[in-house]
Parts: sequence; structure tokens; C-alpha cells
Amino acid sequence: MNTQSSNLRSQIRAVTDHTVTGLAIAATLIVIAPLIAIFVYLVYKGASSLNLAFFTQIPKPVGETGGGMANSIVGSAILLALASVIGIPIGIGGGIFLAEFGRGGKLANAIRFTADVLNGVPSIVMGLAAYALIVVPKIPFLPFTGHFSAFSGGVALGFMMIPTVCRTSEEMLLMVPHAIREAALGLGVPNWRSVLSISLKTASPGIITGCMLAFARVAGETAPLIFTVLGNQFWSSSLNQPIAALPLQIYVYAMSPYDDWHRLAWAGSLVLIVLIVVAVSLVRYVTSRGILKGNS
Amino acid sequence: MGVGIEVTNLNAWYGTNHTLQDINLHIPANHATALIGPSGCGKSTFVRCLNRMHETNPVGRVTGSVRIGDLDIYNDCKPVQIRRRVGMVFQRPNPFPTMSIYDNVAAGLKLNGYSNGRHLDEVVEKSLKNSALWDEVKDDLKKKSGASLSGGQQQRLCIARALAVDPEVLLMDEPASALDPVSTSKIEDLIFQLKSQYTIVIVTHNMQQAARVAEKTGFFLNGRMVEFDSTHKIFTNPSDKRTEDYITGRFG
Repeated sequence: MNTQSSNLRSQIRAVTDHTVTGLAIAATLIVIAPLIAIFVYLVYKGASSLNLAFFTQIPKPVGETGGGMANSIVGSAILLALASVIGIPIGIGGGIFLAEFGRGGKLANAIRFTADVLNGVPSIVMGLAAYALIVVPKIPFLPFTGHFSAFSGGVALGFMMIPTVCRTSEEMLLMVPHAIREAALGLGVPNWRSVLSISLKTASPGIITGCMLAFARVAGETAPLIFTVLGNQFWSSSLNQPIAALPLQIYVYAMSPYDDWHRLAWAGSLVLIVLIVVAVSLVRYVTSRGILKGNS
Repeated sequence: MGVGIEVTNLNAWYGTNHTLQDINLHIPANHATALIGPSGCGKSTFVRCLNRMHETNPVGRVTGSVRIGDLDIYNDCKPVQIRRRVGMVFQRPNPFPTMSIYDNVAAGLKLNGYSNGRHLDEVVEKSLKNSALWDEVKDDLKKKSGASLSGGQQQRLCIARALAVDPEVLLMDEPASALDPVSTSKIEDLIFQLKSQYTIVIVTHNMQQAARVAEKTGFFLNGRMVEFDSTHKIFTNPSDKRTEDYITGRFG
């Protein structure tokens, strides 16, 4: 091979290298561009309407300017707390069953299929299901049912979290090396203890990510709330009453004919996104403390 | 102190694959016994039958009897009980990645519900000293993760973890095959020291290693134990032609 052709080859390689690197960078930019655009636009439209009143007052009646979304922020927090209390334990429990106990069995396959289908069900259908199952009928011995209530909205959101949490927990548990389970069994640790103390702990960073994804997804859901919590212009923190929620309030205000309400809707959107980011970051920070990092 | 192991008519299957056939064997107490043989001959399956790990595989099945000391492990007790008396060290170092060095060693006791802090400290120190790792890790016991150690150190950590539950028997399934020569020689020195206190069964592909550490050696081939005798006899004057062929490198 002469020097000239090898020079040419190395030039072609360099060009290919740069092209592919450039494409990868371009793809990355395309991925993050919408996120940045949304955030910048929200700050541009919403930041000017943010003031103390927004965080401390409830909505003013039509015709009066000012007011805030304090009741919606509290309402969303209550709904998401309830949804997490329902969705995360059931989801993780299901994931443990799929990965550790039901492996390859018919029941596990059926559950996995159901979870995947549930994950694809439009959120408005989840809301309708909650409406038909616990808002319209009064379920004996189950409080808060038979009418619009915060409880029914939390249940709808919680059930939307289950498939995501369940499937990511399963995937993360399956990634725990078999050697580590064997090490625990080899020490005479009972299987259930090994699952809880070794497998779950080793998989926990991934499982927490799954929970946060599910949380962030339902935090912005509006459709399931329309048929369940209904919305509320006043203070309420009762699970038995209709409750305000940020996405619902944003929806109502954005659909209204008033400029003042439009501005509040922008501000509400900004607050919603910031609160989700804060909540997710906080959970990550708290759960990452105390975990020792290995080098290998 | 270690106890002897009496294996009678042991058979084991993976699904329909009959991986161990009619093994009869006496493993003496407080000695190191090496098991050699080509890959797939059943020697790993054999040691996994000695602490009932074989049956953790959904298609694994065992018949026959194994007596460890005066305990018939397949009839007299539950698997978790026997695994506390029979420690196991695996081919690849497998420390618990989320745990500190200290917690790795204490894991066997802690996960079995034992939590006397001062006593744990003593057990951890003693086990790490017994596995010749104490001097290298004593300053970051609770600061460093077990996974941050080197491969050889990780394997000694796994030995310490197995020793911490105070077993009578130590099973080692190719404990040095993933390690460099220096780490390997440390592990071998360790086996030499430990065999006065424990009954050690070591599976190895390395025939020099078997010759160095073990008093007794068994040769496995195609799921059967071809020959079991003193290590010296196996390597200098084997009774069976197949053993001779294997140790002289004619196959395997």
C-alpha cells in the first residue's frame, strides 16, 4: 500500500468521524430544544404574573383581578401524595413478583401483558373508569366514594402510576446479577430476605428513577381529574370533597375569555413544571445520600 | 472446627441432563480437598450439592445422601440452616455492591437477624484478619464500598464474608480463576492457613493449584468420579488410565 492511498483513507476516516459526531450532537440538540423552548416560553409568559399572592391566595371571582392558585398547589400536592401512596407500593410489589417469584410463569406473563396495556390506556379513559367505578356508585365500606372527591382523583392517578413503576421495577430487579443473589443464599439468608435486603437495595436507584418518571407523568395529568376531583375554587384539603389541582386550574383558566386568567394559567404552568423538577431532584438527593459508590 | 463429609449415592440432574452419577466419597475434616476435571464434568454441581445450592435452580434435582458431621443435610434440616454451616466462595468475586466493606462481612449475620454491635465489630475484624485483608482495609471499613476493592481483594472479602457466619465447611468454586497470579497466590496461602480450622473443598481447573493446596484430590469426568485419593498419588501414580491422560494433558 503506498503512502498516498493510506493518507486518503485516514482523511476519509477523519471526515466520517466528524460527520457522525456532528450528527450525534445535532440529535442531542433536537432532543433538548423543545424542553428549553417550553421552559423559556413559560418563563417569558408566566414569570411576570408570579407574585406572593399567586402562592397565598385562592382564585378571585370572575371580574376581579388578582388572586392566586394556592389551593391548586396544595390540592395537587395532596393528589400526588395519595397517588404515590397507592401507585408506588403496588407497582414495586408487582415488579418484585414479576422479577423474583413469577419468572416465566403464566400468571407473570398475564400481569406483564396487562401492565403494558394499562400503560397505553389514554388518561381520559382512566378518569372515566374511576368515574364509573367509584365516583358514581357508592361502594359499601369504602369511604369517599359515590361523589366527586379528591380520593377518586388520587386513585385514578395512582393506578396510572402502577404499570410504569411495576415494569421499571421488574427490569431493574432483573439487572441485579445472579451472582449477588447466590452470594446471599450461600450465606443461609432466606429467599424473601435476600429479595428485600439485597436485590431491592441493589436495584433501588433504577426503581426510584421509575417512580419519579411515573410521578412526573401523572403530576401534569388533567384528563383523569375532570371526572373525579372536578376542581374547586375554594380551600379544601378533604379527601371527601372536590379539590383544586394545578393542571385542572390551568385548563379552566386557559379556556377562559379573560386575559388576566390567561396570564395566571401561564404562571401556573411554570409553577407546575418547577415543582415537579424540585420534587424529583429532592427525592434523588435524599435517596442518593448514604449510598456508597463503587469504582468498578 | 471442621467436620467430615460423607457422600453416598449422590445423583444430580439439570432438567433431563444427568450431571452427577452415583458419587460416593468421604471428605476428611480439617483438610483441603481438591476436585479437578474438564469443564462440564460436574465438579461445580457437586460442590453445589454440598450446601443445597443446586436445588435453587428451578430445574435442579438431587437424590442420595450427604452427611456433614452428624447431619443428613437433605433429610434433617432446611436449606438455609445448612448454608450457615457450609460457607461458599464463588468463581467471580461477588461482594454486595451497595454495601460497605464492613457491611459485606457482617451481611451473613445481619441478614439472619443478628445485631449485637460490639460482637459484630469483633466478628468483622476476626474474619478480615482470617482472610488476610484486615491490614489493607481497616481504615475504610465503613467508608468504602466492597465493589471499590481490586478483584483479588474482593475475593478475600468474599472469603471473610463466608467465614463471618462461622461455618464448619468452606466450599470454593474455582476461587482464583478470575484473578491474577499475585492474588491467586494470596488465596492459596489463605487456604493453607484456613484448613486447620475448616474443612475445605476447592474446585479448580489449575492442577498445580490442586497439588499445592490439597491433601486429597478427586478427578471427575462426565458426571462420574473416576478417582479419589491422596493428591500425591493422583499426580504421580494414578490408578485409572483416564486420570493419567487428564493430568498429563492428553485431553481436557
